[in-house]
Amino acid sequence: MKLVSEFRQSELADGLVRSIHRHAAKEARFMEFCGGHTVSIMKSGLRQLLPPALTLTSGPGCPVCVTDNADLDKSIAIALLPEVIVASFGDMVRVPGSCSSLQEAKAAGADVRVVYSTLDALTLAKENPDKSVIFLGIGFETTAPTVAASILQAEQENLKNYYVLSLHKLCPPIIKALLDSGEVNLQGLICPGHVSAVIGSMPWEFVARDYGIPCVVSGFEPLDILQCIDMLARQVANGEAKVEIAYRRGVSREGNQTAIDIMERVFEPAPARWRGFGEVAQSGLRLRSEFARFDAELNFDFDPGPTVIPEGCLCGEVLRGVKSPQDCSLFRRVCIPAKPVGPCMVSAEGTCAAYYHYGEGDVR
Amino acid sequence: MPLTTIMVKVMSDKILLAHGSGGKLAHDMIRNSFLSALENPVLSQLDDSAVIEPVGRLAFTTDSYVVQPIFFPGGDIGKLAVCGTINDLAMVGATPHYLSLAFIIEEGLPVSDLEKVVHSIKETTAAAGVTVVTGDTKVVNRGTADRLFINTAGIGIVPAGVNISGHNAKPGDVLILSGTVGDHGIAVLSQREGINFSTELESDCAPLNALVREMLTASHNIHCLRDPTRGGLATTLNEIAEQSDVSIRIHEEKIPVREEVVSACEMLGLDPLYVANEGKLVAAVDPGDAEKILEKMKKHRYGRDAMIIGEVREENPRRVVMKTSLGTTRIIDMLVGEPLPRIC
Repeated sequence: MKLVSEFRQSELADGLVRSIHRHAAKEARFMEFCGGHTVSIMKSGLRQLLPPALTLTSGPGCPVCVTDNADLDKSIAIALLPEVIVASFGDMVRVPGSCSSLQEAKAAGADVRVVYSTLDALTLAKENPDKSVIFLGIGFETTAPTVAASILQAEQENLKNYYVLSLHKLCPPIIKALLDSGEVNLQGLICPGHVSAVIGSMPWEFVARDYGIPCVVSGFEPLDILQCIDMLARQVANGEAKVEIAYRRGVSREGNQTAIDIMERVFEPAPARWRGFGEVAQSGLRLRSEFARFDAELNFDFDPGPTVIPEGCLCGEVLRGVKSPQDCSLFRRVCIPAKPVGPCMVSAEGTCAAYYHYGEGDVR
Repeated sequence: MPLTTIMVKVMSDKILLAHGSGGKLAHDMIRNSFLSALENPVLSQLDDSAVIEPVGRLAFTTDSYVVQPIFFPGGDIGKLAVCGTINDLAMVGATPHYLSLAFIIEEGLPVSDLEKVVHSIKETTAAAGVTVVTGDTKVVNRGTADRLFINTAGIGIVPAGVNISGHNAKPGDVLILSGTVGDHGIAVLSQREGINFSTELESDCAPLNALVREMLTASHNIHCLRDPTRGGLATTLNEIAEQSDVSIRIHEEKIPVREEVVSACEMLGLDPLYVANEGKLVAAVDPGDAEKILEKMKKHRYGRDAMIIGEVREENPRRVVMKTSLGTTRIIDMLVGEPLPRIC
């Protein structure tokens, strides 16, 4: 099986598009929770194929984007401590905090390394026994199990210089917060694919049951998303609200039990700050007390200083789905990928970056 | 082993700061590592300047190479430095003749690595028919350079009747791409520490002067030539659109990309259109001559997979758009910053 090209076949897309047009008679707004979906939708120009009655809204599913400025400042302050190596996934290094970014901290002498897996961070710790290696644990349920596994491995190998700053976030609680706010009126939820590969589709069942909103878990290829939209449109047309999976090759109802177990062994739910939402109960992960010696938060003394949110930046509203990037007066004018004001313009999964790079379907 | 033997051994297989001193070690290195491989009448003079007598319109270019790792599947920093400069000359239609080579070597580089690089320079220059006429070496303290940096400058001659420039693309022109995109960037990335994935993929690093010569035998109505190196095809097309004040439309399904490159890009969160190439060119040519030129290209080893990928247009100048395989349209922007792999 060709893993990419087979999911981009135009004949199959045509069929799905026709089916969507047949089913989408009523006005409906679907939210794609995940930034990866936003990028795929924009990159493939998929909105241009949808009937006018259907609107797609981007959600808060970009882990870098939802990281609060206070937490970014914390990461930067930690990076500037002496004898510290900060290991991070790529996107994070460019995101501006209140007055700096990890990239700027690096230029000022901080040792910031981009890694591609938590195992690389462990290797860094082994290779630099006289330094403290702190991994920035940013991400959803997708990455949290791998971070948990790195902590278990560090424990097993008795590594004394490996730490994690856990800024992990959980997806179902933020969807609940979003729906409870009443700010957005949704007729369908495109549920995240990679997150659901870990947690399964079951955690979305409350959305259908309690809020009457159809849910479909989607993969990331244009065909996956078209199939997902078609399934949502059918549910709307039939007056149904249930959880379905349009990403069977990656997702089951129960999820990946091994990954869930590892995550739950190391982490426990805790309140977390989300950009645009503020503090949301039980929406983050902190290290359980028996792993306290790996917790960067507890083992280092640092002062991130006061938090500043740039004036005019609508990242928070964009993440809540109440504004789109074009509503922001900074978009394309002041805020551009080379000089981003807010994180949604930086991250590869950021809504503003996706709109900036791939246009809004205004070019025919 | 007596100490002196160890010392001599260490000195003979690693580059030392003294190799850059201008003294005996420096002379030995130039003679043993460089001249023996690259010897020619001009270089052997060892004067402060090369004296050459080109005739015609000169093309002159320079570029520095800092690729890491210095050896990668399908090439190394030496081949890259020669091809890069040859290609810059070829992209204005010039026939490359002379090269300069300047090495900045980090103390401690194994002499064998240096010699491997020089050997590959020898092979590449010979194959492309260019001569290294002048050079320089500096050795710097460990940690102040990453193993080896090379700067090359090149001189070529532009044949009469040839007028190729990034400013010359015209509405109606047809865009031809010489082959698959993204091979070099992904081949190099696959070797980089922290990413290492196994792939059979090799860099496309190649001198394109002979391909350009062939194209020019088909027609002189080649308006614009560019090699999409850093920033990839997307960035190059944006440069052409901007310089020529035109818009460009390309067609997704026409752009050749190897399945390995597509997969690696998916895995790393990159877009093949933004990944570097070192042996590809894109041409804006007169529509009437496009087929003729394409035919010549397909017969050449570096143009076998050449395709017509799009056209130059008048409306919405300075914009590049792509017709996707789904039939939709999207903007193709310039690359911003270093492409970083994604987080989830």
